[in-house]
Amino acid sequence: MTADTAMLSVRNLHAWYGESHVLHGVTLHVNRGEVVTLLGRNGAGKSTTMRAIMGLMKKRSGSITYEGREAITLPSHQIARMGIAYCPEHRGIFSRLDVQENLELPPVIGAYPLTLDRVQAMFPRLLERRHSPGTKLSGGEQQMLAIARILRTGARFLLLDEPTEGLAPIIVKHLGEIIGSLQSMGFTILLVEQNFRFASALADRHYVVEHGRVVDEIASGELAAGSARMRVYLGV
Amino acid sequence: MEIFGIPAQALYGQLALGLVNGAFYALLSLGLAIIFGLLNLINFAHGAQYMLGAYVAWMLLSYLGIGFWGALILAPLVVAMLGMALERGLLRHLRDVDQIYGLLLTFGVALILEGLVAQTYGWSGMPYPNPLPGSVDLGFMRMPMYRLAAIAISLVVCLAVWIAIERTKLGAYLRAASEDADMVQAFGVNIPRLIMLTYGFGVGLAGLAGVVAAPVYQVSPAMGSNLIIVVFAVVVIGGMGSIAGSVIAGFGLGLIEGLTKVFYPAASTTVIFFIMILILIFRPSGLFGSTR
Amino acid sequence: MTSSTTTLAAPQSERRMTQRRRMAELGLFAAIVLMLLLAPLVMNPFVVMKIMCFAMFALALNLLMGFTGIVSFGHAMFFGSGAYAGGYAIKALGWPLEAGILLAAASAALLGLGTGVLAVRRHGIYTAMVTLAFAQMLLFLAIQAPFTGGEDGLQSIPRGYFLGLLDTRNEFQLFLATLILFVVVFLIVFRTVHSPFGQTLKAIRENETRAISLGYRTNRYKLAAFVLSAALSGAAGAMKAAVFELASLTDVSWHTSGEVVLMNLVGGIGTMLGPIAGAAMIIGIQEFLSGIEDWILVINGVIFVVVVIAFRKGIVGEIIGFLARHEGR
Repeated sequence: MTADTAMLSVRNLHAWYGESHVLHGVTLHVNRGEVVTLLGRNGAGKSTTMRAIMGLMKKRSGSITYEGREAITLPSHQIARMGIAYCPEHRGIFSRLDVQENLELPPVIGAYPLTLDRVQAMFPRLLERRHSPGTKLSGGEQQMLAIARILRTGARFLLLDEPTEGLAPIIVKHLGEIIGSLQSMGFTILLVEQNFRFASALADRHYVVEHGRVVDEIASGELAAGSARMRVYLGV
Repeated sequence: MEIFGIPAQALYGQLALGLVNGAFYALLSLGLAIIFGLLNLINFAHGAQYMLGAYVAWMLLSYLGIGFWGALILAPLVVAMLGMALERGLLRHLRDVDQIYGLLLTFGVALILEGLVAQTYGWSGMPYPNPLPGSVDLGFMRMPMYRLAAIAISLVVCLAVWIAIERTKLGAYLRAASEDADMVQAFGVNIPRLIMLTYGFGVGLAGLAGVVAAPVYQVSPAMGSNLIIVVFAVVVIGGMGSIAGSVIAGFGLGLIEGLTKVFYPAASTTVIFFIMILILIFRPSGLFGSTR
Repeated sequence: MTSSTTTLAAPQSERRMTQRRRMAELGLFAAIVLMLLLAPLVMNPFVVMKIMCFAMFALALNLLMGFTGIVSFGHAMFFGSGAYAGGYAIKALGWPLEAGILLAAASAALLGLGTGVLAVRRHGIYTAMVTLAFAQMLLFLAIQAPFTGGEDGLQSIPRGYFLGLLDTRNEFQLFLATLILFVVVFLIVFRTVHSPFGQTLKAIRENETRAISLGYRTNRYKLAAFVLSAALSGAAGAMKAAVFELASLTDVSWHTSGEVVLMNLVGGIGTMLGPIAGAAMIIGIQEFLSGIEDWILVINGVIFVVVVIAFRKGIVGEIIGFLARHEGR
């Protein structure tokens, strides 16, 4: 997995919240069709890495290339229009929009978007509840909505920030199936996870983030050996 | 006929006047609310932009011979363009600093606009001809035709804006971005442009109110600054969060002001402020507002 | 910033810095007083007195805006009510100047208590709007009230004795009386800012939620600052009424409220000497432009815009920043 074949390459990424320096040179690659996770403790910089990739950190430096194009200086909406879609921590469902409006909000940016019917077939609950305010859904339904709405934009690269957070085990299992099927549909996915069991079942590779840097990379095959290392990193 | 010892004609007359005032409160507080929702900015220049709308209408008539109905379309566009230039040139640089600086900057802009207009046309008012002379018999009273039109224009515009915000895609962007602009931008929506257009639209509404006001009141440099402070009180009463709230509070307070003129004229200039005090005591976030 | 709640915990070096800064402020203030004393030799003494009156007013507002983080956009209501109360006491009741000033401070404080209770419940720009609305209400009341003289204002307020010593009918003694009040107001603000109370206000400004979690009933502190600021503004207004023998609607108007905010902004919000520099600059410009009043609005507006875009720290704030950078080297 060299940088040239990667769909997304992040090199030496730094980012700041105001005066405080939070990312100290993150380097990672994601190849086409892969599912890659960022693992690490709370506050390690996983979500910030995603926000920085998405252009949501005001001050950042280093290099982010997507399909060979440099994105470090682009505003967030242009990064999205390169074909990257972002599903934030806490889902980012809008309370002043109903479910249908939330679903249809993101503009279509890619060549082959999933049709609304197709997305609604994948998530039948959303059709049933389409006139409820977005934030009146249960946590699991909100998560489905957050994923569903970025599928119909035509983006091929998905950033999913802690999709399992606060969800019941049965829903986490369902979510795992969905992410698996997204991979088989050809989506490339970068996933932030605290739930190591969930991540290890899905991902091809894992990056371990600590103190705003990538400190280790573990392939799925090395997982047995890696588990002991993971426990140290995650402190579990 | 008398109602509570007041001749019915006088009562209806003042209520109608109150509604006319309310029409302006509604248009202005609606624009303020839209701007505040997305930009988190109290647009102090709003009164001056209202005044500018009236002056542009006056200039269109005096220099180009374009009458009221033409001005009703053109003058808000001119004010909106100037507003967008202001957002692009200056306000944009304040997005990351304390909100109070936006208020201070627009306060400065209000002073500049008021001063420049006064410098050019003087402080005294100039009349603008009534485009709809005559009056209509409403059965219980006669009402000047133009005042009726002013109320109708305001109602129609407020309703159209409400529908545009609640029922269209662009409105959905606006509502979503008012909650979390970063998130909407991360979906690929050009938020800086949406902000510029929203500011332009909000001040365009102020400009429109100014055109509608020109035949009712006179055109004068201070017409906006005196009105806008009352509108701030209307906004505090209505609550900052709500589009419908600003319209309802606008018309409602106009009516209350009219009633006060009938029953206790001395308090008519201060009644809205007294209501604001009551609201601050009993419902600090405003009638329709969410707590912030 | 980190030690703003408990000065005891501040490291010694920091305490020495603050100590040095305080001495520097007092030293510079003494130099300013000296300059003011000499100023009438080269310029119209009434301009200097006007500068002092507005500097007092600006100092009072800065206590709120700079040191507590409350932005009042209606402070003219305190200045103006002080001018009316003081003017009325002196003209209609025949009170001596100092009694008029005390009455002005007391009535402005009372008004500050009433409006402050409501204003401090809201935050940031809401407070700005609410105070602006209160001031406008007071303006309408001032137009109607029987003792304000309506559109004409209170004219020909007689000048009498100040503290039984200074005969303010004499121009120089009037000047001295103004200077004495100016020094007193400065010292009150200075003392307040550097007191434990002032430290708490700063802690509220930096992070109100944290101050609350530390057990401070922040609304009480904010209200106390509001009332004190109102009282000092009222005193400034009364002195202004005595100097110019006039209290008028302009003193209550939103233009005046905006002007005093501008003085702070230009001088440096949250600095001890900024309001004085700002008042001198704005009044100076106005005197320079007198005769073309319409331009004053435009120029004030331009200054607002330029300062907000380019020098948010104001004159004194930028100087302090410059010195700090060079000291650090």
